[in-house]
Amino acid sequence: MSIQTENAVGGLRVGASSHWLRVWHLVSDRAVAPLFAALVLGYWEFHVRYFQVEALLLPPSSHIATAFWNGMASGLFLQHFAITIYRALSGFAIAALFGIALGAVISQFRFVERTVYPWVVALQTVPKIAIAPLILVWCGYGSLSKVVTATLVAFFPVLVNTIIGLRSCEQSKLDLMRSLRASRWLTFRMVELPNALPFVFAGLSVAAVFSILGALVGEFVGSKNGIGFLILDANYQLNIPRVFALLILLGLYGIICHLALQFAHKKLVFWNEPKDVTSA
Amino acid sequence: MSTPSPQHEGTPVIELAGVSKTFITASGERVRALDNASLRVRPGEFITVVGASGCGKTTLLRLIAGLERCSSGTIMVNGAPQIGPSEKIGIVFQDPTLLPWRTVLENVLLPIQVLKLDPNTYRPRAMALIETVGLTEFENKYPHELSGGMRQRVAIARALVHDPAMLLMDEPFGALDALTRDQLNLELLDIWSATGKTVLLITHSISESVFLADRVIVMSPRPGRVVEEITVGLPRPRELEIINSAAFGSYVRRIRSRLSGGAMRRPMQATA
Repeated sequence: MSIQTENAVGGLRVGASSHWLRVWHLVSDRAVAPLFAALVLGYWEFHVRYFQVEALLLPPSSHIATAFWNGMASGLFLQHFAITIYRALSGFAIAALFGIALGAVISQFRFVERTVYPWVVALQTVPKIAIAPLILVWCGYGSLSKVVTATLVAFFPVLVNTIIGLRSCEQSKLDLMRSLRASRWLTFRMVELPNALPFVFAGLSVAAVFSILGALVGEFVGSKNGIGFLILDANYQLNIPRVFALLILLGLYGIICHLALQFAHKKLVFWNEPKDVTSA
Repeated sequence: MSTPSPQHEGTPVIELAGVSKTFITASGERVRALDNASLRVRPGEFITVVGASGCGKTTLLRLIAGLERCSSGTIMVNGAPQIGPSEKIGIVFQDPTLLPWRTVLENVLLPIQVLKLDPNTYRPRAMALIETVGLTEFENKYPHELSGGMRQRVAIARALVHDPAMLLMDEPFGALDALTRDQLNLELLDIWSATGKTVLLITHSISESVFLADRVIVMSPRPGRVVEEITVGLPRPRELEIINSAAFGSYVRRIRSRLSGGAMRRPMQATA
């Protein structure tokens, strides 16, 4: 009762205030993330200067911004960044190709599953990064060892997710194909593979993150170029702002990778929302 | 129809004699899903199979479809022993089983593609079927853009596109709300009388089984057994009002008494 009368009397006022509310929601929706970032960075700057934190431990955010600008403007960052991206993306592409192919073979052939899958499970638990020094010995100081490390690290998420995706096909869809006497290959191509795509994409987005990780570790272990090399080099020179600047660059790369895969997912697997995955 | 089966009355298109099916579960237990079932379906007949869940209705359908082999007994389809799936049978499953990456039209044309028939020849037929099931202008939509009832309509069109002689339907409307279900039952009867297909439909709804059928097969659970065949003499074409008639009510009561083991133990609401 009381609600009804209030509405009748204050109808106009409710309309006006809801308009401002909507404007506020629009502004706050778009602005809240940048505002929060500015707040954090501002406080960082203030804290470091006010409490006189040793710049070697934590440089003020403005120094990092300067280091970032200098690194970008001189072309130094991009030159090494291009090398690292080349290594990471090569590893990613190889991992995606072989991961999907092997996943398909394992899911389709019982014999392969029996023989190969235990190896997959066992190898998956080995921290691939621990093999990086060995790979350096095998594949040398150049790009190859980094590509191999990146491939190795990115391979398993693709493989495992592909297998899970191919096994997740509903029985009724397989029955439908069987009722039409579809061949195994046709059933795989027309039903099982597209059905697995959401999982494959989940694997690929993890692999994208892992491949840059693999390339960096490869560079840490031994390299004369790439972002990994730059980070180590800056660390040795105690050029901490540059280390942070390089981390920001890597962060930006990660975001771009994520957005690119999300875009591809929405275009290719339009019937299914991207699955949230943890890559850690 | 291009089927070689004789068309005169009385010659069954589906004939089950003493069919049993025993499954062995993962734990090694033997479960008798279907026990000594016999059934004859004449061409063009509308048969419904009604029973509680777990009474072997779905097993019965899968045996006729050739998706399972029976443990004993004989199954003849179109006068030949059932040895496997056949394009002369269209199936509508419990869930629509549409491929979400294909449009309505592409889903309807799936059997054509799998059976390696010419899609250009069958496209007009597919469009006509889409119109029949009331989905004109939805042919380029994807399944996730459709409601549950619309998806099941697509599944019906798909089951009919390659012009099978018979349609097997496994609780096709079980997941739909009562109003949509009534609507689809009416449309199904229209399609059936227009095409003259033999239809075998499985349901757990007594009133649905009576409303649709020429003959109702009543099954009892554990082990699945045919306990009675009831010929429904209600006039056709049938409208929803028939549900309120005394004759309809007596069929429903008779089936319910058979399902509850020969006696009305407790009063029950009419099953929707």
